[in-house]
Amino acid sequence: MPDLSPELTEEASPAGTEAAETRKRRLTVNMGPQHPSTHGVLRVLIDLDGEVITGAQPDIGYLHTGIEKQCEAINWSQVTTLTDRVDYLANLSNNLVYSLAVEKLIGDIEIPPKAQWMRVLLAELQRISSHLVWLGTHALDIGAMSMLFYCFREREQLLKLFEMFSGQRMMTSYIRIGGLALEPPRGWQRRVKEFVDIFPSRIDEYEALLEHNPIWLQRTRGVGHISLEDMLAEGVTGPMIRAAGLPWDIRKSEPYSSYDKFDFKVATRTANDVYARYQVRMEEMRQSTRIVQQALDGMPEGPWKSDYQHVTLPDREKMKTQMEALIYHFKIVTEGFRVPAGEVYQAIESPRGEIAYYVVSDGTSQPYRVFMRTPSFGNVQSIGTLLKGKLIADSIASMGSMDFVLGDVDR
Amino acid sequence: MLPEPLRDYAPAVALEELNPAAIVGGHADRGEPTLYLNPDHLVEACQKLKERFAFIRLSSVTAVDRHPDEPRFEVVYHLHSLENNARLRLKCRVGGQAPSVPSVTSVWTGANWYEREVFDLFGVEFRDHPNLRRIMMPDDWEGHPLRKDYPTHGHKYSYKD
Repeated sequence: MPDLSPELTEEASPAGTEAAETRKRRLTVNMGPQHPSTHGVLRVLIDLDGEVITGAQPDIGYLHTGIEKQCEAINWSQVTTLTDRVDYLANLSNNLVYSLAVEKLIGDIEIPPKAQWMRVLLAELQRISSHLVWLGTHALDIGAMSMLFYCFREREQLLKLFEMFSGQRMMTSYIRIGGLALEPPRGWQRRVKEFVDIFPSRIDEYEALLEHNPIWLQRTRGVGHISLEDMLAEGVTGPMIRAAGLPWDIRKSEPYSSYDKFDFKVATRTANDVYARYQVRMEEMRQSTRIVQQALDGMPEGPWKSDYQHVTLPDREKMKTQMEALIYHFKIVTEGFRVPAGEVYQAIESPRGEIAYYVVSDGTSQPYRVFMRTPSFGNVQSIGTLLKGKLIADSIASMGSMDFVLGDVDR
Repeated sequence: MLPEPLRDYAPAVALEELNPAAIVGGHADRGEPTLYLNPDHLVEACQKLKERFAFIRLSSVTAVDRHPDEPRFEVVYHLHSLENNARLRLKCRVGGQAPSVPSVTSVWTGANWYEREVFDLFGVEFRDHPNLRRIMMPDDWEGHPLRKDYPTHGHKYSYKD
């Protein structure tokens, strides 16, 4: 890594000397907010000394939509549809963390095993889908164009699966408070099975395309180093941390939705560069495939949502035949259900890292406050530390390896 | 005096020993320990928690507006210890007149953006913050959108026209 030579500092370079000439090379470059490699609307001010970055200040807020404010004006169950829009590449993870948080607030609601298994299965399919987008676009950013087409080929299959169970390709809103939105359609599990059967061989294909590609290797190996201490101090989470050797995964450390009943490994590498982050995500896709396989094999029979009448809508059959069920249906649909007063902080592992919702209830049918601790926000915060002292040519590879989503940053 | 559910909670006991004025309350609702801290002793308490109880991560900083109650704002800190696999919530209550708390950026550098966000959306000032500017809203924006007395629809604009 190139160091700044002492003659480039102002004190050491009086006017007229050669060092003063080099000082003139200092330049501030504005990158974004419209830049193809930011995959969203991120602006970074980069201070340059020749080709070396001496400082970088990310500027966010261009995608701020006030989702947290909006949550305070609608019912508990309506918020689920907003959580989709936070991280639009990991909407099921956002649905899941919100549902878990509200269920924890309600307290005595029991989620049936089938719903829990389905949630794990969906969260892992989402992880694969999100990592595929990262892999395709990141490879595209640094010059391996055909990767995008391979990755989006498989992602398209996943989106078709999502559409099959929820009717939506991206904004699924499928994981709801108390279970799932709908019963998974017939034949859906077979389609998932077909996907996980071929997917490991597809990962091999990606690796064959990239791991013998000298350009990919040169542009990722030894690039984008940031120390583990800096990352923990700045709030970085997820694959970035695991690529630096820390095996911290919330699915293991604070298991939710029966993750403790599944057998999988936490992917780690120690090289702490862009290549290691790529390897971690590839390994995570393999592990996710394993989890999906286990969830399919061990899928319990039974209901797919809780029978907690105050919260979950009754079955159509019951609603048409039983007076009590009709009353509950009417109450939930018109005024929403009430959640006991209190506050919870629920964290899960999204494809990008720790996503946590801080939900406060004052006992009414609307949330008092919903705060979303999103992984991309913490990750983007560290851009200044990450880029400092690196070459401008490596900035795209370094930033891209974080896998941030700007909707997730700005909310 | 520590509240009943936190009498055996080691971080609370240690903070109480360090400075009896630091903790002004607390509870352990739904298995999540919460300590209410005196803003004047916030930074030293955070430093202690980080060093002694390995809360090396600050997961997030946010705020809750209790308008029209006083003290109006609760600034909420979520700490996380990887070593002990534990989480802790800290709260500082501040009144609605020129709300201000000390910044914890000297303890966790990652507090920087979270505190800017609270400053931007709630109007709570963080003393000794290195770069206290708006982060989400434009620099010339008036008002703080997440306050409860700020309307959900239309600040200056109306949908009726």
